[in-house]
Amino acid sequence: MKKTDVPQQGGLNAGCREINYAVDSDGRYTLEQSVGWEAKNIALRQAWEAIVEQLHQVLAEIRVGEKSSLAYYMVKEQMDSALLAQYSGIPRWRVKRHLKPAVFAKLDNRILIAYAELFRISVEQLRKVPAAPDLILADLEQTEGGVP
Amino acid sequence: MIDFPHRQFAHCESGVTANLLSFHGLRCSEALVFGIGSGLFFGYVPFVKLNFLPLTTFRSGPGCILTKATKRLGIEIRKQKYRNPEVAEQELDRLLAEGRPVGAQTGVFWLPFFPPAYRFHFNGHNLVVIGKEGDDYLISDPIFEKIVRCPATDLRKARFAKGALAPKGKIYTIEKMPEQFDLPKAITAGIQDVCRVMLKTPVPLAGVRGIRLLARQLVKWPAKLGEKQTILQLGHIIRMQEEIGTGGGGFRFIYAAFLQEAAEILDNEKLAELSQRCTAVGDLWRDFALIASRVCRGRAALQDSFDDLGHLLRQCAAHEETLFQDLQAAIAR
Repeated sequence: MKKTDVPQQGGLNAGCREINYAVDSDGRYTLEQSVGWEAKNIALRQAWEAIVEQLHQVLAEIRVGEKSSLAYYMVKEQMDSALLAQYSGIPRWRVKRHLKPAVFAKLDNRILIAYAELFRISVEQLRKVPAAPDLILADLEQTEGGVP
Repeated sequence: MIDFPHRQFAHCESGVTANLLSFHGLRCSEALVFGIGSGLFFGYVPFVKLNFLPLTTFRSGPGCILTKATKRLGIEIRKQKYRNPEVAEQELDRLLAEGRPVGAQTGVFWLPFFPPAYRFHFNGHNLVVIGKEGDDYLISDPIFEKIVRCPATDLRKARFAKGALAPKGKIYTIEKMPEQFDLPKAITAGIQDVCRVMLKTPVPLAGVRGIRLLARQLVKWPAKLGEKQTILQLGHIIRMQEEIGTGGGGFRFIYAAFLQEAAEILDNEKLAELSQRCTAVGDLWRDFALIASRVCRGRAALQDSFDDLGHLLRQCAAHEETLFQDLQAAIAR
């Protein structure tokens, strides 16, 4: 890559500049700052869109009573039951049970607090879910460049 | 705060190592550390899943660069993992009080100074802790331009992040520097190692064979997996290749910079020419990412583009094969 070709296409990186290695006009390697590149912005945005889509799915499941509100926050924090079990210290089979609305409704406050603290929310918040996913891609991108 | 020579680099592990070595008196570039530590690699491991997607990697495993680079330079390091987060924190504070910068492996999910969009559950990140002010740690993270601050509670979570590659509070310090360095010997060892893994790995998942395997499998994705999963897997490769920390072109440009430096140190004209060829390979990978990203955005017809992508990958494999063969020959003289 030539120094003049180092891409400057901002995306989801909140204005952070990273280092690209590029060759200057004398053929010497230099370290150049880049605010981003379209190709990787697309890939990164796609990864977040997949998470938002998962959130829509889980909200639909919660609405019809198939899952508890815990499932929403688990997906929002990009966790599955195995990772949530490791973080909360609660065995995985119990975490899986807590994803069922009937079991979740009867949960002890002590366990609710453990989950709520992990997700950095209150127990009241943990008991309910928003109408639409409250993870908004626009919030992640503070500088927006070449890509619509 | 320790007076630490923070420099911004592309990749966390080679950057951390280069900055730590500079602090201890061996001022060196990230590229040199990356090359001596034989950081370049290719691996496609479809049965290992990362975020439910097949693992593709352009670099050697976490911790390899630090371990191999310091070993080849004759530098003594100390690594320590912990069970108890409190003990881990006390130990970190004690080392800082002695005026020693401390390298640490962390997850990125819990680091507040990372842009929100980069916070995934990835546990192979590296940084250097260089001081503490009140409840904040001061950190030299080579991905960032300047020294960053991190509340102690967040750093604790990051050091004890869970899941794949869990760091378990791992820290490392440089214990002893040798009186003199044999750079040519270390560089040669690093180059030989990379050539070996890229050309001679017995499993067909690694090195040039791994690239060819990906080329064969990738063209079948649209028919086999459906459009949605195909696009997710393709996007994942772009991220592994270009995401923060590769320096572009799946580390091929950093390696080309290393070869350029090595040409001077070893006084070997051939390496300068191979550096240019390595740059060309990096450019090919960039072409791959660009076409792949257009497929992801739905701007290109799926199967046609996949044939093109497969063709590009085979080109990458062919160029890398001759590059590393010639590299092996160039240092064997």
